[in-house]
Amino acid sequence: MTLHLKMDDRDDRYRLDDMVQGLVGTPTDRPEGKLKVSGKASYAMDVLPDDVCHGVLVRATITHGKLRDLDTEAVRALPGIRTVITGKRMLRNPAQGMAGKAPVQGSDDIAYFGQPVALVVADTLEQARHGALALRLTLEAKGDAVVNPHDPDASVEMPKKEQVLIGDLDEAMKKAAFSVDQHYTTPGHSSAAMEPHASVAHWHGDSVTLRGSYQMLAYNKAELADALGISEKNVRILAPYVGGGFGAKLGISPEAVAAALASKELGVPVAVSMTRQQVFETTMRRSETNQRIRLAADENGLLTGIGHEALVSNLPGEDFSEPVTQATPFLYRGENREIVHKIARIHRTCAGSVRAPGEAVGLTVLEIAMDELAEKAGIDPVELRKKNIPDQDPTDQIPFSSHALAEALDEGARRFGWDKRNPKPRSTRDGEWFVGMGMASAVRVNMLIESKARVTLSADGRAMIETDMTDIGTGTYAILGQIAGEMLGLPMEDVETRLGDTEFPPASGSGGSFGAASNGTAVLLGCEEIRRQLCKKLNCEDADMTLKGGYAIVGNKRIALRDVLDGDTLVGEGHVQPGKAEKKVRQATYGSYFAEVGVNSVTGETRLRRMLGVFAAGRILNAKTARSQCLGGMTFGIGMALTEELIHDRRDGHMVNHDFAEYHLPVNADVPQIEVVLLEERDEWANPLQAKGIGELGICGAAGSIVNAIYNACGVRVRQLPATLDKVIDGLDEAT
Amino acid sequence: MNPFEYTRAASRHEAATMAAGGATVIAGGTNLLDLMKLEVMTPERLVDISRLDMDDIETTADGGLRIGAMVRNSDLAAHEIVRSTYPVLSRALLAGASGQLRNKASTGGNLLQRTRCYYFYDTAMPCNKREPGSGCQAIGGATRLHAIFGASDHCIATHPSDMAVALQALDAKVEIENATGDIRTVELESFYRLPGNTPHIETELKPGDLITAVIIPPAKGSRQTYRKVRDRASYAFALVSVAGVIEMSDGKIAHASLAFGGVAHKPWRNAEIEQMLLGEAPSQDLFRRVADTLLRNAEAQGDNAFKIKLLHRTLCAVLTELTEG
Repeated sequence: MTLHLKMDDRDDRYRLDDMVQGLVGTPTDRPEGKLKVSGKASYAMDVLPDDVCHGVLVRATITHGKLRDLDTEAVRALPGIRTVITGKRMLRNPAQGMAGKAPVQGSDDIAYFGQPVALVVADTLEQARHGALALRLTLEAKGDAVVNPHDPDASVEMPKKEQVLIGDLDEAMKKAAFSVDQHYTTPGHSSAAMEPHASVAHWHGDSVTLRGSYQMLAYNKAELADALGISEKNVRILAPYVGGGFGAKLGISPEAVAAALASKELGVPVAVSMTRQQVFETTMRRSETNQRIRLAADENGLLTGIGHEALVSNLPGEDFSEPVTQATPFLYRGENREIVHKIARIHRTCAGSVRAPGEAVGLTVLEIAMDELAEKAGIDPVELRKKNIPDQDPTDQIPFSSHALAEALDEGARRFGWDKRNPKPRSTRDGEWFVGMGMASAVRVNMLIESKARVTLSADGRAMIETDMTDIGTGTYAILGQIAGEMLGLPMEDVETRLGDTEFPPASGSGGSFGAASNGTAVLLGCEEIRRQLCKKLNCEDADMTLKGGYAIVGNKRIALRDVLDGDTLVGEGHVQPGKAEKKVRQATYGSYFAEVGVNSVTGETRLRRMLGVFAAGRILNAKTARSQCLGGMTFGIGMALTEELIHDRRDGHMVNHDFAEYHLPVNADVPQIEVVLLEERDEWANPLQAKGIGELGICGAAGSIVNAIYNACGVRVRQLPATLDKVIDGLDEAT
Repeated sequence: MNPFEYTRAASRHEAATMAAGGATVIAGGTNLLDLMKLEVMTPERLVDISRLDMDDIETTADGGLRIGAMVRNSDLAAHEIVRSTYPVLSRALLAGASGQLRNKASTGGNLLQRTRCYYFYDTAMPCNKREPGSGCQAIGGATRLHAIFGASDHCIATHPSDMAVALQALDAKVEIENATGDIRTVELESFYRLPGNTPHIETELKPGDLITAVIIPPAKGSRQTYRKVRDRASYAFALVSVAGVIEMSDGKIAHASLAFGGVAHKPWRNAEIEQMLLGEAPSQDLFRRVADTLLRNAEAQGDNAFKIKLLHRTLCAVLTELTEG
């Protein structure tokens, strides 16, 4: 019944290429797309039981200290208030991705400004909101809260396994014909998904059902059970539709636990949705980074050394730290290498996974430094990168799996018209605007995560997929249906995909770009198992059986699947686990970005004029949803380059710009024509789909191409992101 | 949200009477509702004027324009006379907010929108504007949005309106009716107050005063523009903005009115620089001296120091644009 695969070696069977239904790879529409655009897809707060009560979280208004008392009596006297929840089970912050256990709990100890310490529950949302704002807290602040990563009083950790030292970088820098040694900063970012974190909890006896907005249900189930002190068997989570995650919904969050606690106490369903400000303040932020890059190159521009140092931050006790240097060990050649990773413990909102942790900010900065090196060495930026592509992973000394960086660079340069770029800054002008081009490489590590799915082929010849996988807007419903349809020879309309229910087999969940490849493999395995059962019925080998359009073709016979099944229902469960393959080869996705910007010569405002991304991520499962993922990533790249920045008050660390008015995501007018090109590729080391994760690739390095274009346009090198006009304006006159 | 009573006014008199009794006036609600949800504002009574008959745009006897207080921002921006005779106003309106907000926002309400100071919006922070006497946490904090002119030790907030900056450059007046039915007009310049030690008092409106219209005199210059500089291409408040109305005669500047947004507690105007321009032939040297004069007393608040240079450059560019050809 279960086909299990541990990915210990390459899979060069290319099963999908043997199939003829013609679904995989095509730009197939999302089956749930119409529901979403017509408002019929039911998100967490869209289905509220009649007797539901509403809860609103209450924030601590000190940075570090103790909650001594709450004036619950006064709040309980307000109209409609049902209860006030607080205490040792409240979550300090969300669980980190794939934690599988509760994060730090307890409302007595305050670790950051905005920490949720109570939930006020009322008959209506408005009453609860008023009650939450009216609740008076007695707080005792500790005066010594460190809120800035550079504060000399900040305790700084250097985890041993994160540091790399190969050769002698100092010596390489001394001997280098060309070198770069620069410091850069990137600010904090917020996931800022459109659907806020929201949960509706409802108890039946000892069991709780939570309808929530979450990315990784199997882990979330364990986290919620642990937080509530109950067995996992007594927790069910439903998340059929998720309005964006971007990392912030990897782990169970404070509203879910608070809703469950309140529902338990009141005996009615309780709905808790975070306000936009709470999403900013109490869910994961991407850490700000302080980075130093050292590049040493010989007279031909060949890298002899790379140094990448990063200082990031998190709350005391959190084990996540932004993996800034994740791709630096293997992207470019260089025999002398040094990676330094430091974590400052500070009292700001918890840091966690946000939109491609690591490469999004680390590669962006490395790619700005590469542009600086290209300038110094007088080598074209595309050429510099191409000549520094290593033959194998230079740190781990293992071969690469598929690797299409050179092709992506060439293809991008050709399509964008890179040859028209004048390498001299300020050589192109359009009225008041300096116009320039920049480019950057894209790279993102590839992962496979344990995942299960059940495929059922019913007697009527229709297939159903069941898995607790989520679709966070990424296209999971579409691609799983395509894979099953391809493997079983069924059109999309004959495959139903059921997601987002922990009653179904546990999946990888959505995160780290691994969902499609991991859970897609589980579906493929489940289908292979069904094919095995069909072969048994047809008394043939799999190689002799073709499935297409609801028919099995064996030899010269074409038989309807319904007839083959003859009243039987076949069930196949797929189970994939990562294995030794990931140690044998270095797996990553690659690409390139090309951007053209205008920089206003009066004001320093930068406006993107056009942008191209070329990406290779193994087999593309759905050309439409893959393209959409890349468009989204590049759009966030625009934000990272030009506008997005979490501002913390330097005195108490509180998040100052915690709404969409002042946290500047790119709006339509900031996003001009963006072109995405997907390269044809197969990666047999990745999984039996030969597909790699594409979700995050489009943001990794994207901002670098824009910042490099700013330099080419106006001669101002911005090393403190985002490149708001105040970082540009001072250089506008100097450079002339 | 604080529980509140809601009344839909049947007449201006009823609205003004209720306002005199302490009710808060709601028109488009694009700002007030947000502030109420956050309990930055906690009115106990709302009086809705959005159905009152105040949405006409009429020409006045002297050739100016009378804009009803309930004229929506979208309608005002699209109005034929506004586009042809007062393009600075049309441009300013279209530079503000989003299409959806402009469809809802009213002329009177736009004038009365509250500051976007981060600290004003967060009820955990002391703010003299929200809670008189509690202090100003913005000073020494995050001040990218804040004032370089006219700030006080009690408040460094800026006024966020684009429309009001254009109206300021057009010498607009505000028509006000009170509960006893008296109608008066106040120059926009004196309608707004600087923060001083009472930043919670933002305008000359008294309890029971209702803005009924905005009146613009005939345009004194045909060369007009509104230049808004901001962090993203749309849907962002001005870092600085310049509204300019210029008339040229025989190669010399015959009229100049200039107003500045994003830099003060009110749309900023400086009579001295307008005088400096009068009768002069345009030159970069003149514009630089004008900008130097404007910014002579500018005072940065830390993060917003860039605004001084930015406004200098933007003003010179606007003057160049408006005096060319």
